Amino acid sequence: MREILNHQITEAVKKLCLEANTSLSDDVLEALNKALANEKSGTGRKILNELIQNAKIAKENQMAICQDTGFAIVFVELGHDVIIKGRDLKAAVNEGVAQAYTEGYFRKSIVKDPLDRINTKDNTPAIIHTEFVPGENIKIKFLAKGGGAENCSAIKMFKPTHSFEEINDFVLETVKNAGANACPPIIVGVGIGGTFDYAPVLAKKALLRKIGRHSASHETKKWEKELLEKINKTGIGPMGLGGSVTALAVNIERYPCHISSLPVAVTLDCHAHRVREITI
Amino acid sequence: MRLKAPITNKEINALKAGDQVLLSGTIYTARDAAHRLFGKKPPFKTKGAILYYASPTPTKPGAVIGSIGPTTSTRMDAFTPNLLKAGVKITIGKGKRGKEVIAAMKKYKAVYLVVPGGAAALLSKHVKSAKVIAYPDLMSEAVLELEVLDFPAIVAIDAKGRNLFEKSKI
Repeated sequence: MREILNHQITEAVKKLCLEANTSLSDDVLEALNKALANEKSGTGRKILNELIQNAKIAKENQMAICQDTGFAIVFVELGHDVIIKGRDLKAAVNEGVAQAYTEGYFRKSIVKDPLDRINTKDNTPAIIHTEFVPGENIKIKFLAKGGGAENCSAIKMFKPTHSFEEINDFVLETVKNAGANACPPIIVGVGIGGTFDYAPVLAKKALLRKIGRHSASHETKKWEKELLEKINKTGIGPMGLGGSVTALAVNIERYPCHISSLPVAVTLDCHAHRVREITI
Repeated sequence: MRLKAPITNKEINALKAGDQVLLSGTIYTARDAAHRLFGKKPPFKTKGAILYYASPTPTKPGAVIGSIGPTTSTRMDAFTPNLLKAGVKITIGKGKRGKEVIAAMKKYKAVYLVVPGGAAALLSKHVKSAKVIAYPDLMSEAVLELEVLDFPAIVAIDAKGRNLFEKSKI
């Protein structure tokens, strides 16, 4: 058994939040530069240029890339052979989020209750997904999820007899409905399978995969590429003002499901795609 | 084209969808929670005013303001016609606007501008001063009075109803 102190988890989460919100990762920057080279619209190129410039300013000044520093989504892969000493995992993660959002001068965007709408003032609680895995490490993946893009998410319970094309249409319809509101060029996470509650988790997991790293399954990889092409043919473009680059990536995660079901969840992330991971 | 508040009808009529503009002078910020509190009397002079749908990150010591990009405009649609009637001439945000807002823009002579969503650090560099003028309890959603210089934006919908989002299909 390996002992990990709760403050090690807090420190790790804090580091992930601070880095993700101020420094766009290499895969996203590379994708934006590639988009700039491929974009046919002049307005589109102007916007992409501004986004690249924005990332540079944010990094140099250690300030938030986007004012919406998002909901803290944390995926924890907890090794079976780990004992957490001190406070529990949930408290340790939330403490890391609270410290980062306070010290980083990030916006506190979480309200205590959806109807009372009183701000919690430290951007907690995080949404924490925990999975047990073999080994004696803790892997933590962090996603800062902005509200504008999240509001454009959708889920549909398909019939098992529905076709690939019908699923494609649903993904395309979700992207079209989102238009400029999801801050294109977007990253599209698609979760297929599981249950009504699990498909959206798969879609979120799909967002954690680096841009350009396709599914290990040959068939899914092909599907991701096809969908990306279809989405970029919609003409929505950067900021929804028209153009040839609407999405930077489509990532699909699949999971077993019931003989009666075919759940499909789509979650969109803005170009300020803030993902980081660390292993303790 | 350069614009500075208060904006006149003459300036509005000269703008068309697709124009790139640089804003200077006073602009006000407000989003969901502030709009709900406006009621009949917004806490700023509406005649010729510019309203920006935004709520920044907290200001670091020594800085003028934090990151300040636009939020989704359509969430404010229900409140917009009354504000345009009261004299607001320019609204700024991201994404489309509803039919009622576009009709009100034509009726009361107003334009809707967009700025790149997520370009929040870049846009903060065009803000020269900022102060809270109402609802401090709303934290980041409080109404701010900003002085901006050459704040870059694109006319998405003009006062004749020409709409960049409608053209944006290949």
